[in-house]
Amino acid sequence: MTRWKKMTLTGWGRSHVASVEAARPERPRDLDEAMADTASGTLIAHGAGRAYGDSALNTNGRVVLTERLDRVLGFDAATGLVICEPGVTFANLMEIFLPRGFMPAASPGTSFATVGGALAADVHGKNHDRHGGFGDHVEWFDLLLADGTTRRVDAQNDAELFAATIGGMGLTGIVRAVAFRLLPNASPWVRVKERRIRDLDEYIEAFATIRDRSTFSVGWIDAVATGAALGRGILETAEFEAHDTLPKPRNPHRVPFDFPGFALNHFTVKAFNAQHYRRVPQTGRERRKSFAEFLYPLDALHGWNRIYGKRGFYQFQCVLPDAGARAGLRRLLEAISEAGNPSFLAVLKTLGRSGRGHLSFPMRGFTLALDFPRINGADGLLRRLEAITLDHQGRIYLAKDSLLTREGFRAMYPLLPRFERVLAKVDPASRLMSDQARRLGLKGAP
Amino acid sequence: MSDTSPSEKPLNETWLILGASSAIARAFARAASAEADILLAGRDRTDMEATAADLRARSGRRAGVVAFDATDYASHAATVAQAKAFAGDGLLNIFLAFGTMPSQGEIDADPALIAKVIEANYTGAAHILHVAAPVLEARRAGRVVVLTSVAGDRGRLKNYVYGSAKAGLNAYLQGLRARLFRAGCTVTTVKPGPVDTAMSYGLNDMPMMAAPETVAAASLKAAKKGAETLYTPGIWLIIMTIIRLIPERIFKKLNI
Repeated sequence: MTRWKKMTLTGWGRSHVASVEAARPERPRDLDEAMADTASGTLIAHGAGRAYGDSALNTNGRVVLTERLDRVLGFDAATGLVICEPGVTFANLMEIFLPRGFMPAASPGTSFATVGGALAADVHGKNHDRHGGFGDHVEWFDLLLADGTTRRVDAQNDAELFAATIGGMGLTGIVRAVAFRLLPNASPWVRVKERRIRDLDEYIEAFATIRDRSTFSVGWIDAVATGAALGRGILETAEFEAHDTLPKPRNPHRVPFDFPGFALNHFTVKAFNAQHYRRVPQTGRERRKSFAEFLYPLDALHGWNRIYGKRGFYQFQCVLPDAGARAGLRRLLEAISEAGNPSFLAVLKTLGRSGRGHLSFPMRGFTLALDFPRINGADGLLRRLEAITLDHQGRIYLAKDSLLTREGFRAMYPLLPRFERVLAKVDPASRLMSDQARRLGLKGAP
Repeated sequence: MSDTSPSEKPLNETWLILGASSAIARAFARAASAEADILLAGRDRTDMEATAADLRARSGRRAGVVAFDATDYASHAATVAQAKAFAGDGLLNIFLAFGTMPSQGEIDADPALIAKVIEANYTGAAHILHVAAPVLEARRAGRVVVLTSVAGDRGRLKNYVYGSAKAGLNAYLQGLRARLFRAGCTVTTVKPGPVDTAMSYGLNDMPMMAAPETVAAASLKAAKKGAETLYTPGIWLIIMTIIRLIPERIFKKLNI
C-alpha cells in the first residue's frame, strides 16, 4: 500500500505553492503501486523541483517524488549508451562518467536536475548548436501509463508517444527508465575565454561567428544597462582541455535564510552588474576552469533562490528565430529596463535546431533568460514579454514558465494538436495533471 | 586455501547485504562497493537487479543478486552457500539491514502482527547469522554489521513490540560478538535514530531524521574500525543515555 504524505511544494522560483499528497517510491514496484492507488484523482512526477513555476505541482492532487529512483541501470562504454532511473541527477552522471571521459550531451544550467525532468522538459545546455538538446540523444524510455501498464517507447515503435513525451512536461506518464547516449572524449576541464561585449549588435555578430566554432558558448547580459549600453555583457566560450589532474570537489555554500525583500533593488543590482561587467578586462581573458564550475556556476550556492526572499521570483526564458532576433531582443531588453524590475541574471545563448518533441522548446535562434523578483509590476512585465515573444514568432520555455496565457501557449507551440491527440489516447481520464497543464488549458482543463 | 596473511596480499572482500532493497542497504552497498564486491540478498529481485547494475556502473566491481527470505529459515543455508561461492577465496562480510515496523496502533488492533515483528526483526536475523557464522569463523576474518534501533534500548509506550524485538537482537549480537571475537571477526551493532526511508516516510514529521547515506557511511566506518556499538547520528548516544537513566516509575508516565 502506498503511503501518501501531505506536504507543501513549490517550484524553484517559489512563486507557486501547492498542497499535495506525495508518494516517494524507492523500488520499481512502489511506483506501480502509487499509480494503481490513484485510480481516481490526479498525479504528476516531481523530480528535483528545479522547474521554476508550476510544472511539477498539482494543487490538492498527488505527486510522485522520483528522487529515490536514482540508479544507473546500465552503461556501454562502446556506444556511450546509459540507462537511468528518472531520479538520477546530472551531478550523479558527472561524478560517475566524467572521469571516464563521458558526459551528458545536453545538460541544463544546474546539475541538481534529474534525468526524468530533463526528458520531460527536453532541456538544453550551452552547447545546443553543436550537440542539440537532451531529447536528441534519447534512444528509448520506459513509460508508466495512466492505465498502470509500462511501455518501452522509441522513435520507431510509437513515434507519436515518443515525441509527446520528450518535452511533454510529464503529462503522458511517469518515466521509469531513460536510455540515452553520453558523449565521449569529454574532460573534467575546459578552457574558457571571456570577453566584453559592448552592446546588443556586437552580441548578435559575435554569436553569428562563434556558434558554429565553439563547443560551448554563453553570454551574460547586464539587463539594467540602457541606451547605448543596452545588451552589454560578457561572452564566454569554452572548449574541453586535457589536464592530468581531477578538479577539486567544489565546496558549496548555503543561503541560510530568506533575504529581506529590499536586498535586491535597482541600485544593488545595478552596482553588482556593473562590477560583474568590469571583472573581465577590456582585452578579455582566458583560463582553465573545471567543467562543473563552467556549466553550473550557481550550484556552488545551495538554495540561491532564497536570495529573492519569501515572495519568490519569476524566471522568463524565450527563444526568437534568427531572422527577428535582433529586433526582438532589443524590444525585450527595452521593456525590461523600462519596467525597472532589477534582474541580475540575464543569459543569452543560441540554439541550433528544433527538438524532437511536440512541445520541445528549442528552435534555431537566440534564447534570452532572466530572473525577476516577484514585486509589483512583475506580472505585467511578463505579459509584455510574452507579447513581444509572440510578435517575433518566438516561444516561451515551459520549464521556466509561470504565467504564460493559454492563447500565447497555443500560438507558440504549433504541434500542440498532435500532442493533445496522444494525450487523449494514453490518458483519456486526464489522471496525469499539473498546475501548469491546468493553467494552459491542457487535458480539457476548464 | 591460501595461507598468505592479509597484510602481505590484500584479500578480495565481499559484502553480503541482507535485506538489500532498503534505502540504507542501497546507500551502504554504494559506499562499500568502492573497495569491495557486493552480493545483494532479498526478496525483490527486480529491485536488486537494478541496484546491482547501479553498483557495477559506478564502481566497476562485481555486484550480484541472491534470493533471501528472512522468515523462510530453511532457505538460509542456500543463501549462505551462494554467498560463500560468490566470495571465493576472499573475505566475506555481512551487512544486515532488514526489519519491519508496523505502528504500535496496528499491532494493538491485530496482535497476530507480534509474531511477524518478532520473526522478521529477531528470529530471521539471528537464524541467518547463526547459519553464516561458521563461514566467517573458518576464514578467521570478516565483519558483521547489523542494523538494530535505538528503540531496542528501552521499551516505550509508542513502539514496544518492535523495540522488544530489537532489544532481543541486541542481546543476541552481544553473544555473537563474543563468539566471533575468538575467530578474529568483528560484530558491530548499529543503532540509528529515525532515518528518512520508506519505513518512516509519511508516518510523522520527526525533525531529526537522518539521511540513509549518513547512517550508511557511519556504519561502514565503524565496521572498518571493528567498533562494537554505533549510535548514528552521534547525538543518539546522548539521547538514549538520558532515556535509559530515567527511573522506570517516572518513565512509565511519559508519553513517548
